[in-house]
Amino acid sequence: MSHKNLSEIDGLVHPELVGVEVVDESGGDISRGDVILKGALAAGAVYGTFMVGPFVRSAFAMGGGTSDVDILNFALTLEYLESTFYEEAKMKVKASGELKSLLSLLASDEKQHVEALEGTIVKLGGKPVAKPTFNFEYSGTSGFLKLAETFENVGVGAYNGAAPGIKSKEVLAAAGSIVQVEARHAAAIALQNGKEPAPEAFDKALEEKEVLKDVEPFIA
Amino acid sequence: MPELDQRSPERSAVARLVKDPVSRRKFIAVGGGTGLAALLAACGGGGSSTTMVTDASNPTVEGMKSETEQFGKGDIGILNYALTLEYLETAFYEEVTKSGLFKGEELAVLKKFGSEEAQHVSALHSTVKKLGGTPAPKPKSEFPLESAKAVAELAGTVENLGAAAYLGQAGNIESPEVLAAALSIHSVEARHAATLNTLLGMSITPNGAFGAPADVATVLKSVEPFIVG
Repeated sequence: MSHKNLSEIDGLVHPELVGVEVVDESGGDISRGDVILKGALAAGAVYGTFMVGPFVRSAFAMGGGTSDVDILNFALTLEYLESTFYEEAKMKVKASGELKSLLSLLASDEKQHVEALEGTIVKLGGKPVAKPTFNFEYSGTSGFLKLAETFENVGVGAYNGAAPGIKSKEVLAAAGSIVQVEARHAAAIALQNGKEPAPEAFDKALEEKEVLKDVEPFIA
Repeated sequence: MPELDQRSPERSAVARLVKDPVSRRKFIAVGGGTGLAALLAACGGGGSSTTMVTDASNPTVEGMKSETEQFGKGDIGILNYALTLEYLETAFYEEVTKSGLFKGEELAVLKKFGSEEAQHVSALHSTVKKLGGTPAPKPKSEFPLESAKAVAELAGTVENLGAAAYLGQAGNIESPEVLAAALSIHSVEARHAATLNTLLGMSITPNGAFGAPADVATVLKSVEPFIVG
């Protein structure tokens, strides 16, 4: 398949778009890698359709010359952000009861993700990226929860977007085991915020640049 | 995307349910969760270690050629395996919502989850066809619907198992497109699981900071009691 078609997908994809098309570029011999399933994940998506547009884009956006270490370092940056955010919140947010337990769980899980990613990068012969300095501005429990919801959903979208570009099956399985937990966090926080924990039947994948756009305001 | 979540200003039914001590208590009374705990323990993977590559790696990667061979070759087999599970989940929620055991917000949550499972069925079914395969048949199923408690607990079990099943296959999928699709479903199953666990008063992350995969044999053994004929 050619990148021309990917840019066509780029042009097509919009969160609200509902449209599905299968492009067979192999001239009838549909096999691995020859099928591009175009479309988008969206609210009100049409039944019976298959919507993978955004993540196809992401998979190839990070796939080509991107190594597993690059992807893991990208994930590590996000985990640094989440981990730092929750560690700070433990001191900053006046949480009690259920929220306090949740906050402590979130902080602990994200810290473990950081350690696991660092360890894996080293194991693969890479060098973990430096931890950025973060600047989180919010006030009160509601401000905290709103940001937490953003970060967890970005985390899910980032892993789902990057994972298809991962070459090692073991690294992929590891990334999968982390994204599952990010999704669980996202649902729990959505419940705290009075939102739907699973608003769509398909979680949207995010491209690297979309993720960066969402998190850059918090990197000092 | 964060903005997607800002659309409904009202609290979601499930969120109201979580915040409502009365209905919450009803769910929590389900408690125990021994079935689920045992099941997830059986799936293996403590998930507490930081050596995630070895811990999280799929046991099938180096083992058998394909656990899902019985459902078809390669990705088609994996998609048909997933389709079979999604059929069961959809049928489960259909029966549950018709059972009269749940009302109001509880019913709304179960209907919402059921409709999402039905969308997974449609997506997987059409993808198998697009890849030139024959979609797996819809299994005939029957679920115990004795009490709201038992059903709520079973829902939690089913969703956690579903998430584990997808995770167990991620490393086996060949096509990046199919993998991307499976991942987009996997995290929704995880959201369902965490929601039900919250309602049941259980940990949202029963396996710790790293989700545990389940292999095909474990998953099929767990759903076997619900398949009839």
